[in-house]
Amino acid sequence: MANKKQYIFDNPKNVKRLLTVFYVLCALLLLLDFVIERNVYHPWENLWGFYPIYGFVGCVVLVFVAKWMRTFLMRPEDYYEKLEEARFQKDQQLTKGDNNVDA
Amino acid sequence: MWMLEIPPFVPFFIGAVIAAFTRGRLRGLVMVLIPVLSAIHLWTVPDGSHLQFAFLSYELIPYRVDKLSLMFGYVFHIAAFIAIIYALHVRDTVQQVAALMYAGSGLGAVFSGDLLSLFVFWELLAFTSVFLIWARRTQKAYTAGMRYLIIQVISGLLLLVGALFYAAENGTLAFGYIGLQGIAGWLIFIAFGIKCAFPFAHNWLTDAYPEATVTGTVFLSAFTSKVAVYSLARAYPGTELLIYIGAAMTCFPIFFAVIENDLRRVLAYSLINQVGFMVVGIGIGTALAINGAVSHAFNDVIFKGLLFMSMGAVLHMTGRINGSDLGGLYKTMPKTTILCIVGAASISAFPLFSGFVSKSMVMSAALENGHNWVWLMLLFASAGVFHHAGIKIPYFAFFAHDSGIRASDPPSNMLIAMFIAAALCVGIGVYPAALYSLLPYDTGYNPYDATHVLAQTQLLFFSALAFVWLNLKNLYPPELRSTNIDVEWTYRRVLPAVWQGTVAMSQQIYGVFSQSVNRVFTLTTNYLAHKNAKISGLLSDKHPAGSMVLWVVVILASYLLLTFIK
Repeated sequence: MANKKQYIFDNPKNVKRLLTVFYVLCALLLLLDFVIERNVYHPWENLWGFYPIYGFVGCVVLVFVAKWMRTFLMRPEDYYEKLEEARFQKDQQLTKGDNNVDA
Repeated sequence: MWMLEIPPFVPFFIGAVIAAFTRGRLRGLVMVLIPVLSAIHLWTVPDGSHLQFAFLSYELIPYRVDKLSLMFGYVFHIAAFIAIIYALHVRDTVQQVAALMYAGSGLGAVFSGDLLSLFVFWELLAFTSVFLIWARRTQKAYTAGMRYLIIQVISGLLLLVGALFYAAENGTLAFGYIGLQGIAGWLIFIAFGIKCAFPFAHNWLTDAYPEATVTGTVFLSAFTSKVAVYSLARAYPGTELLIYIGAAMTCFPIFFAVIENDLRRVLAYSLINQVGFMVVGIGIGTALAINGAVSHAFNDVIFKGLLFMSMGAVLHMTGRINGSDLGGLYKTMPKTTILCIVGAASISAFPLFSGFVSKSMVMSAALENGHNWVWLMLLFASAGVFHHAGIKIPYFAFFAHDSGIRASDPPSNMLIAMFIAAALCVGIGVYPAALYSLLPYDTGYNPYDATHVLAQTQLLFFSALAFVWLNLKNLYPPELRSTNIDVEWTYRRVLPAVWQGTVAMSQQIYGVFSQSVNRVFTLTTNYLAHKNAKISGLLSDKHPAGSMVLWVVVILASYLLLTFIK
């Protein structure tokens, strides 16, 4: 049964609208740095845009490092199961073999 | 006042027995009533030791109540209540009984006043919870449960040996501050560390939780690791090593979480990340830091439960949990989507959600005590947790590309449970004073000052901006069907391989050895036989009995002949 109903984000215009609102909010938050008087514990917090830049750069670095980690960590989905199931089936065959007249 | 002497684990264990013999609505009613009645009872209990007796010259205190244990006692009741409602539709008696026993064991552990009682509940936690994994009844769940059980039992044994050493060193089994002195201190520390998923000992969690049943994982996420956090807070506050262990725990899992495909495993990694914040708080050990750790544990039980429930709902309704198979579910599961987003906002510590009011205490404590690098790591981890748990989970399950799956929202008991958890997340976030009044220390902390709110909102929005940018540029790593190797690789792949290799090699060596021994043996016997044959000549023929008779006959005949000669 095909579902032809149009949902809110099926319309690319809505996605665009959402993103625009998001960008505006980001810009506003950055500008608030000038307005709000901070009482800080640490000198780094006084740097302009410390939190936004740290958040953005941190996440980009996180994703790139994680992506790079895939090159040596990634294995097929059944990586462990292949070995474990092979062992399991071998065991099962053995027990079958004991009671099997053909064995 | 007889009620005072009933420790909270008793009603749960009684409930488990009743649940084993009842079915249907009656069982549901009993199961829902037990945490409610037990919580009301707990509310009336004053501080102090309520049950103690002597055992082999040691004093055992199976029921001790103070602010620290009460905090965990309350949240365990809330968690049990929510998870039981979530699991009301389950007809599997094994799961229902195991769940009640498991919740009871968790409560028993946090109210234990001595190390021996703690050990008993520590092991009960393992033996009851493993049935929530095995109840999935797949080969994968069976082997994962086995590994889980082995590691948990090792932790328990270390605790027992540590407790015996502790009793020998100090002449008491009382469970209070222990500290890293002597062999007992270290053994117990390692035992707690294993259950707390310290780095290199963390894989049981990411291995077993995603293999448990839909409802089982919700129970699992609440108790085991939080009992370990409680035990650390009681026995090792202010231990500097914990700060660095905790900081490592907040950071390394987020890398794995970003590339993991199984969304419940992503949550398991993020559980380790959240526990890391608590461990840092315990390590700092000031009143503010301990408050932060304990209240974060309280909130984490609820919001992590909510996230596991929402992913459980997805698994329950679609039968799938891999990010690569899901997407676009918001269309037909709008309620689950919204509830999941509430959980995601809470774990990401958005202002007005529960994570914010507790995590910020740990962060502030780290700064106040001059742990600048640790603070930077925690800040990075905060951005990272938003990235993988706050955005990745809801995005890949409910939005992203349309997978074409049109599953409806889950049964109403699941929705109600998620709604209660979500309401608590928002309630605590909006009105943190209620939570703060339960805390062990009074610090007068206020999370909602302009500096704090702005800093956290900026951090989170620009983390989200990074996600949007990477996604639009197609730089974000796609969800792939894959397994990522972790520390477990050593005991799931290397050790079996080494073991098989050793067995094969020893068999070969044995073969060669036995062959050569056999050959030498045959050669020697042949050689001796040959020599013997040469010496004995006529007398030792091939048929010694026959030839002997023959020769006896010959001798007797000669005698006979000799008699004739005379």
